[in-house]
Amino acid sequence: MILPSLVLILIVGGIGSWIAARRSEVFARWIALGSVLADLSVCLGIWVGHLGRSQSTPKSWFVAFDLAWIPQFGIRIHLAIDGLSLALLLLTYFLGIMAILSSWTEIDERVGFFHFNLLWVLAGITGVFLAMDLFVFYLFWELMLVPMYFLIGIWGHERRIYAATKFFLFTQLSGLLMLVAIIALAVLHKQSTGIFTFDYEQLLETALTPRAARLLMLGFLVAFAVKLPAFPFHTWLPDAHTEAPTAGSVVLAGLLLKTGAYGMIRFVLPLFPGPSHELAPVLMTFGVIGILYGAVLAVGQTDLKRLVAYTSVSHMGFVLLGVFAGNETALEGAVVQMVSHGISTGALFILAGLLQERMHTREISAMGGLWETMPALSGAGMVFAMASLGLPGLGDFVGEFLVLLGAYRANVPLTVVATLGLLAATLYGLRFAVNAFQGPNPHHWQLPDMRPREWAMLGLMMACLLWIGLYPQPVLNSVRQSLAVAQQSTFPQEVVRR
Amino acid sequence: MLQLLWLVVAVPFASAALLALFGSRLSRRVVAIVGVGSIGLSAFVTLLICATFLTSVPPNHAYVQHLWTWMSSGGFQAEIAFYLDSVSLLMLLVVTFVSFLIHFYSAEYMQDDDGYARFFAYMNLFVASMITLVLAKNMLLLYLGWEGVGLCSFLLIGFWYNEPQNVRAASKAFIVTRFGDTAFAVGLFLLFTRLGTLDIQEAMHRAAVEWSPGSGIAVAAAALLLAGAVGKSAQLPLQTWLPDAMAGPTPTSALIHAATMVTAGVYLIARTHVLFTLAPHVQFLVALIGMATMLLAAFSAVAQRDLKRVLAYSTISQIGYMFLALGLGAWSAAMFHLMTHAFFKALLFLAAGVVIHAVHEQDLYRMGGLRSELRLAFWSFLIGGSALAGLPLITAGFFSKDLILWQSWAGPNGNAWFWTAGMAGAMLTSLYTFRMILLVFYGPTQAHVKAHSGFAVRVSLIVLCFLSLVGGYVDTPPHFGGVPALSNFLNGVLPALEEVHIGPITEIITALCASTAFALGLGFAYLLFGPQRARVPATNFVEKLWLAGWGFDWLYDKLLVRPFQWLTRKSARELADVPINGLALVTVFGYQTLRRMQTGRVRWYATGLAMGTVVILAIAFFVR
Repeated sequence: MILPSLVLILIVGGIGSWIAARRSEVFARWIALGSVLADLSVCLGIWVGHLGRSQSTPKSWFVAFDLAWIPQFGIRIHLAIDGLSLALLLLTYFLGIMAILSSWTEIDERVGFFHFNLLWVLAGITGVFLAMDLFVFYLFWELMLVPMYFLIGIWGHERRIYAATKFFLFTQLSGLLMLVAIIALAVLHKQSTGIFTFDYEQLLETALTPRAARLLMLGFLVAFAVKLPAFPFHTWLPDAHTEAPTAGSVVLAGLLLKTGAYGMIRFVLPLFPGPSHELAPVLMTFGVIGILYGAVLAVGQTDLKRLVAYTSVSHMGFVLLGVFAGNETALEGAVVQMVSHGISTGALFILAGLLQERMHTREISAMGGLWETMPALSGAGMVFAMASLGLPGLGDFVGEFLVLLGAYRANVPLTVVATLGLLAATLYGLRFAVNAFQGPNPHHWQLPDMRPREWAMLGLMMACLLWIGLYPQPVLNSVRQSLAVAQQSTFPQEVVRR
Repeated sequence: MLQLLWLVVAVPFASAALLALFGSRLSRRVVAIVGVGSIGLSAFVTLLICATFLTSVPPNHAYVQHLWTWMSSGGFQAEIAFYLDSVSLLMLLVVTFVSFLIHFYSAEYMQDDDGYARFFAYMNLFVASMITLVLAKNMLLLYLGWEGVGLCSFLLIGFWYNEPQNVRAASKAFIVTRFGDTAFAVGLFLLFTRLGTLDIQEAMHRAAVEWSPGSGIAVAAAALLLAGAVGKSAQLPLQTWLPDAMAGPTPTSALIHAATMVTAGVYLIARTHVLFTLAPHVQFLVALIGMATMLLAAFSAVAQRDLKRVLAYSTISQIGYMFLALGLGAWSAAMFHLMTHAFFKALLFLAAGVVIHAVHEQDLYRMGGLRSELRLAFWSFLIGGSALAGLPLITAGFFSKDLILWQSWAGPNGNAWFWTAGMAGAMLTSLYTFRMILLVFYGPTQAHVKAHSGFAVRVSLIVLCFLSLVGGYVDTPPHFGGVPALSNFLNGVLPALEEVHIGPITEIITALCASTAFALGLGFAYLLFGPQRARVPATNFVEKLWLAGWGFDWLYDKLLVRPFQWLTRKSARELADVPINGLALVTVFGYQTLRRMQTGRVRWYATGLAMGTVVILAIAFFVR
């Protein structure tokens, strides 16, 4: 019952905080924070309990939950957790806490409903990382969507309706393709075995003709590529990230994008090993295009949040490259990149939020010389900008380095071009750090520096980035087994160690 | 004692973190004690380690300290581990001691600055990164240090961030060096993929065994590392960032942009010399780059008006000498020059700091006649400048430069061209050095001294003066003592150069010619810029070209910067969104068109119905 309770705590916490907000807004915030903290501590407990186990027991879940739901269609509430899910869930709750803390003063309208939506998004994400039944997976996939739409559409900035609609249409349409593919997969499974089931482990065994496999894979892939987002499906992202409130941007960049990558690793690679292998060069190319395209567009932006949004496109290009590079190093690098990008980009959005709260603008040209008046905040900005541009010693570098190192083995020219992304990252990183915080202060800003709550948030995130940057081994160890399972089916020619 | 090695790195890191987090709440006195004391402690531990290393040599002449596994994934493994052998020990000594002197100097020099704690936080972080770079056992950790020093260089060039040109110079330095770093990163991928390890010693060993000399893979690997070294050490064609880097505080210029960081490229090539031996063409390219950079930068130095820019071009030029030596296989000579250069160039920068502080002026043509008022600065300049120009026998620079010049002839790749270019460079060095000294300290007094230096500044200058004079005696040629102690010390790691070309040029002739070049440069400087001459900056085309650093900035601006800016401006509005917005537009258009049919008039509807029926009937009738 541990796993359903992870979802239920958030569902109930969301309703509770909505109700509580009628009496006291602060109380609602505390309820939300408490629910996420409860989930975080549960996950930490599982992690501590299974630290050593990840390598010794292949193909088994740390914790699983299985309950028949709609037996006529073989739909079961099958939830399970392994190293990969666990790492991403820890990230989810960590960033969830940051999202709640970052809206502590920013959100002052309809506080209860805001936290209801926020917690329900987190519940959807939790479900996505846990569900081992494809039908249930799809339900949670949709559950993420609607509250997120409200978060952007109600508490967003100037063009929030446009952004929210675009976000909704992109993800909804691509999700429908996935639903079709899921049902088709289940039907094909029934035709070959006679059992109607949506269970992940059983569907893994489905024998598919190459043509069917290719078509079904595309159905999944499009949904995940839109969420990731991969070029050219990324255009919802800059609008949604820019217009969302800070918490929304943190959850979008830190978590929703990760569900796309997670889907590729958990479903696309093991369910469709043949087509994944076939399409790998194409997908890697799209990853590299994304890296450079996102970076170049990031350099040209004038809106701080939009700049950070495009850096996400670039960073997620590395993830796509790593997932399909077809070796352990690159795939593990992709997961480290997912985790550290969640933290570093989340932090950059929080910083952008802090600046907007103080200055009421996101235009970089309206900033400049902020170091003078907010040294601590600017110093933090410098650290996160450096993380984003891939400075060794901070988390993103480990991910990018491992991805490129692995990808080099698979495809030299593509990797060399992708490495240029590091150069382009320097340009956008400096544009963020230099144009906002350094130079003269032409607008004579006099702003309050970071408060203790803000300090605590960004300090924790910095510590996490340093930890991943200098000792990523715990992350690598806990995800290794899950990734080996995902990969063995797709790239059998690669000898997967251990 | 060797077990204390990690402290040398950890102490500056810890103090940097302490100062960055709490520096603003500490008093200046405490900041100075923490900032300078940490480096002092590092230097002290280094001394202990050095003593142990020399008295009881560890097995294999190297000491390894493993701390923890950094990352390990799919056959790739990188450790946080330090490797101490004679080469890294030499670098460690130079880095910690010169850093300590410069920190000590800064404690006083920067005392009126608002960002006192920030300055020491950055400087300590720099020292920690630099030591990591020097001690790294594997390439990835070296790369961490490499990027770390680049970050600190960026932060310190832009230390006075209120001035837009400082910030621009800082960004420029970061971006230009990242060009090289990107190639370096690709080099790491290549080395690991082909050799299966990034451990420096192991990789060099495997490369020597597995790769044949001149093979394509060795050439590619060496070329990629060279690109990294060229960026960091400001050699052609990536030299343009260093003159602008002088926007930083003067102690920064002394430490980062003269004594230590910019020589990291030299260290990298010496460390991976096996690769360059395997790729003779690339090694020859190193020599060519070194020679060309040395000459071009020396010409530029002759025409500069800004005191610090003269020194910056001089640094580029002197590193060119080191590259020349590396390219000829004279590894120890390069390291020797690296060491003496660290002493005398740090001295010159620190003395320049005193001058700039005293007269609030950096333009050579607005100074003059300062030798009586700034006696210590004058003597420092004279000693440092003589060492730079190579005053025979009593300065450190003479011995190291002489060794390079001699080996540029005698080595297996040596020839008369390199030798002649080296001599021409020596003369130019002497010319620009004494031009600078004559313009600052002789002639009519134009600027008045407003501030005098205190105890810490004086002590640092005197110690560096001493080192600039005697630093060369650690390695003396046969005719002047003949004790090549340093070369012998390094020979275990860096193979000695085979002297194949003997005669007609002999070592003594080289030394005499170098001395003549020194004298000629001094003579020309006196004739052209001596006190009797009118002080007018030259305005002819050639000197303007030199002043502008041969127009590289102009060229890169036209070729790279502007096209890229154009691209980012044009692409800032998402192109990939066009088809999707088009789809949305088509939908809106379709809805507006269709809406017109909903007129509410029955006649229209009836007509529509009738026409539709006709069409359907027609289809049913004609299409079978």
